Amino acid sequence: MSTWTIVAALSLGLAAGVLSGVFGVGGGILFVPTLVALGLGQVEAAATSLLAIVPTAATGVIRQRASGNLKVKAALVLGVASIVGAEVGVRIAKAVDEALLRRAFGVLLLVVAVQLAIRGVRERRRYPDVS
Amino acid sequence: MLVRLALIGLVAGVFSAVFGVGGGIIIVPLLIWLVAFPAHAATATSLGAILVTASAGVALYAARGDVRVGYAALVGLPAVVGAVVGTSVQRRLSGGTLTLSFAALLAAVGIWLLAG
Repeated sequence: MSTWTIVAALSLGLAAGVLSGVFGVGGGILFVPTLVALGLGQVEAAATSLLAIVPTAATGVIRQRASGNLKVKAALVLGVASIVGAEVGVRIAKAVDEALLRRAFGVLLLVVAVQLAIRGVRERRRYPDVS
Repeated sequence: MLVRLALIGLVAGVFSAVFGVGGGIIIVPLLIWLVAFPAHAATATSLGAILVTASAGVALYAARGDVRVGYAALVGLPAVVGAVVGTSVQRRLSGGTLTLSFAALLAAVGIWLLAG
């Protein structure tokens, strides 16, 4: 691995962490392509990304718990239900046309994005940013 | 509340299994939209859920020998630093700004799904 490859991987890792901390996502959306670019196969990259997500999410959880934002019971329910959902998802992925699924979820995300944007704009009018 | 949370988790799990992106992108907006979580609580709780699912996933994949620890450290250790920076940045944002920023992220992923 060249020095530049390592620098790029570290930078993308840092960016994934920032994304995770700001938005409450795992960071896999950046980890997986980075690991694939480093030469890992898709399955290895997905598996390795999950391991990278554990300390990243744990850091965010510790910091958010200190801020009083974390709802532990809700997180556990979501997490366990999500594991069950993943089992269902694997079966759906095999049974249904992937292009159709992508379109359906894409539209769903855009609808939710519009809902959130409206909510965000309203809330900003009422409570402007601190500092 | 419990039923809705379980449903949100289910949808997030399906989403991550089918598209290979994590559940957070689904969990956060649905917590804001369907159970009226404040934006900061939604992102914090999403991270807690991700910690559960990622840990379970690692255990499964590790048993099959697919996890590369060195590579995980290469991207995961700087990500820990990034997570500290990210949560600090988030503290300075109002709930409205955070919600609006998340809407932009969500729209980008939605367009990526439709385009791909």
